[in-house]
Amino acid sequence: MTATPNPDHPAPAATGADRPGAPRRAVVVGGNRIPFARAGGPYARSSNGDMLTAALDGLVARFGLAGETIGEVAAGAVLKHSRDFNLTREAVLGSALAPQTPAYDVQQACATGMETVVGLSNKIRLGQIESAIAGGVDSTSDAPIAVSDPLRRALLDLSRARTPRQRLAAVARIRPAHLAPSAPTTGEPRTGLSMGEHQALTTAAWAITREAQDELAAASHHRLAAAYERGFFDDLMTPYRGLTRDANLRPDTSVEKLAALKPVFGRSLDTPATMTAGNSTPLSDGASTVLLASDAWAAERGLPVLASVVDAEAAAVDFVHGDEGLLMAGAYAVPRLLARTGMSLQDFDLVEIHEAFAATVLCNLAAWQDERFCTERLGLGAPLGSIDRDRLNVVGSSVAAGHPFAATGGRIVATLATLLAQKGTGSRGLISVCAAGGQAVAMILEAA
Amino acid sequence: MTDTYLTLVNSGISKTIAKKLGLPRPVPLRRFRPGQPLVSGPVLVLHDAASTTDADAVADALVGWDLDVRRHAGSADRYAAVVLVLTGASHPSDLSAPVLATAGTLRSLAPAGRVVTVSRPAGTDDAPAVAAARQGVDGLLRSLAKELRGGSTGNGVVVADGVEVGAPSVLGALRFFLSTRSAFVDGQLLAVDSAAGTLPGDWDTPLAGRVAVVTGAARGIGASIAATLARDGATVVAVDVPAAGERLAHVANSVRGSALQLDITAADAGERIIEHAVTRHGRLDVVVHNAGITRDKLLANMTPDRWDAVLAVNVAAQLRIDEALLAARGVRAGVLADAPRIVSLASTSGIAGNRGQTNYAASKGGVIGMVRATAPLLAAHGGTANAVAPGFIETEMTARIPAVTRQVARRINSLQQGGQPVDVAEAVAFLASPQAGGVVGRTLRVCGQNMVGA
Repeated sequence: MTATPNPDHPAPAATGADRPGAPRRAVVVGGNRIPFARAGGPYARSSNGDMLTAALDGLVARFGLAGETIGEVAAGAVLKHSRDFNLTREAVLGSALAPQTPAYDVQQACATGMETVVGLSNKIRLGQIESAIAGGVDSTSDAPIAVSDPLRRALLDLSRARTPRQRLAAVARIRPAHLAPSAPTTGEPRTGLSMGEHQALTTAAWAITREAQDELAAASHHRLAAAYERGFFDDLMTPYRGLTRDANLRPDTSVEKLAALKPVFGRSLDTPATMTAGNSTPLSDGASTVLLASDAWAAERGLPVLASVVDAEAAAVDFVHGDEGLLMAGAYAVPRLLARTGMSLQDFDLVEIHEAFAATVLCNLAAWQDERFCTERLGLGAPLGSIDRDRLNVVGSSVAAGHPFAATGGRIVATLATLLAQKGTGSRGLISVCAAGGQAVAMILEAA
Repeated sequence: MTDTYLTLVNSGISKTIAKKLGLPRPVPLRRFRPGQPLVSGPVLVLHDAASTTDADAVADALVGWDLDVRRHAGSADRYAAVVLVLTGASHPSDLSAPVLATAGTLRSLAPAGRVVTVSRPAGTDDAPAVAAARQGVDGLLRSLAKELRGGSTGNGVVVADGVEVGAPSVLGALRFFLSTRSAFVDGQLLAVDSAAGTLPGDWDTPLAGRVAVVTGAARGIGASIAATLARDGATVVAVDVPAAGERLAHVANSVRGSALQLDITAADAGERIIEHAVTRHGRLDVVVHNAGITRDKLLANMTPDRWDAVLAVNVAAQLRIDEALLAARGVRAGVLADAPRIVSLASTSGIAGNRGQTNYAASKGGVIGMVRATAPLLAAHGGTANAVAPGFIETEMTARIPAVTRQVARRINSLQQGGQPVDVAEAVAFLASPQAGGVVGRTLRVCGQNMVGA
């Protein structure tokens, strides 16, 4: 890592340890993830626990932490089996870390990984812990399948029944229709709409074109492929089950090829449907981890310091009543974060906006350039302005890599921290990750 | 890889049948476990008439290791090892008495017994009779090793003129050959070229405080080298290609080392190895060039990609990494600063040749030449470079050899079986140790005295 100061930027107005009440900074030492697989692919028989353990062990190996006690490990999964109530702690026990390492689970939908970084870095900044591992995992292949509510109630009653008569009564309530399993969906419980259908509404509202989405999707694939070619992921990834690259990556895709795909979302709207399987993320399996530490802890072990976690902000929108699009919370989280840190959208050398759909990114960008949105919705005096596309998702994002929900935050934080370290001391990066339930978490990193 | 034949001839009815038929009956070799006694019984030290002083020095060292040392063949019924000190022999007839005294002990030699000769190299400056006596020891030892059974081995230490038998590497090599660490080393004469090197403070952890890089560490011999160096006290940086990362992580974690995913043929491989070792672990003392590939083809059918890939990985990458290491020495603190060790993996194919392996043999022969020329470059700082040449070792690579060929390949050595990855690893660990500082640019075969080659 070169450590040249970045002449483009004066010292930040108020970042990290400069702020009152923030005694020290928390830094990103590095990360590790397993390649992301498509649902039903090579990880079809791997559980969340298996994948998270593998991602942890790769991180432990990279940084020589076998047998070490880490301050705390936090991770989570969006789709969890009931037996995975202590998923992260169980993964720690199955890993090469010392069994004395405490751990807890976090769940904030697709922002789970981001929130683990936020919570743990705050603990480090407060001096409560010296080191931490943040992470996330999801399997859409090994998703839990629940029984229907009537069947579940009947079975529970049966287990409580004491007399043969009570048992018979419980069993007698079961009807063939109750036996159909209920699998998890990406549908929002309060609207019944899938995430894609929700995004389609927003895409139409912002008049995002098919061409713009396909261009962004093609760029995501090409940039991710180029990053692999130059060995960018050699220090960020450990292969798993024979997979050495993200399975969804299509290096040879093109705008033309993507243009040939049929739309899958928004087909019932008045406007032309624009969202296809090509410009949306696929259902994926995978896990990611990020090693966080105090400067002292990293220095003691001769470990690199890539970037510091400057600040973070969560936001949520009322998508239920149609006030705002489901995946637009990032458009609110980012400006609040900018206001608090005294930065502008153009202060960042690199920006990572999670590509839940190509259109999600484009809607966010459009909103920030829209005078009405910025004044009426955000209460700002002027639009936030545009982001140079050469600074946005420079090594691709979820459309190419895939999106195992809770693993995406860790992927992005480790990726951006590495990119910033390569750019040089003082370079800054912004992350925004949207999540189900109309939420988002934004974060600022600064090269250490 | 299980050797079914070896299991069969050592158990039940099939053991009896094999004995009646006079089939080869290899025995499971006794291998090193921490805490194990160095040898399992009395050690007999014999010598030629002119070697009394040297034999006394050897016997003193053995007594210092708490061994039960005897100086006359008749003083015990059964010996675990015989050390033949022949450094003073100046005529072939001088060998007669000590060799014939040895003969009387062989029938009762303990299982996994050891015969070790200590002699001087024959040179062109020697009187013809002296050279004849000295060279005669080579022939004696190699033949004797072929006669030993029951997992016993015969090896020799050849001590350069001017180097005392009490020198660290003479004692280090002697101890290695006596111990179970050398289980699959047989019929070999290892030269000690100088009095350099130091005896370890603790023979169980000679590599304590040392940082070692092992390439190709994700599996097979490399994984075993990583484990063995760690057992001997080293902090291990396990290196392998990114695609092997999953197994590499497992190896690194199991030895409590660190993993570096790196293609050793990359132009900056040496710099990245230095960067990782020095920033994470503060120094870099031992480099084990183990990564290697095979792309077998008869030369008549050889393709450029097969030839070039093998040479690039097996020798060119080692040369480039060594150049980077040597350039960084003295510039970057901790890099090869104190008694550095480079150990490369050669192969018996590089010595004796092997049909279908012109590319592999060229690369491995290249390694043998490379370490010979690299060692002097490290000598000023007490460093050495050496190679280990494995013969038939039971690995995933040799498991792919067709069954019949594999059975033959296993049996055509004095121990009548394939070696284990750990056997190679033990030899690497010895050459990486402080007590091997006087072994300069040599290639040690770990082949069970394979009939193929020298």
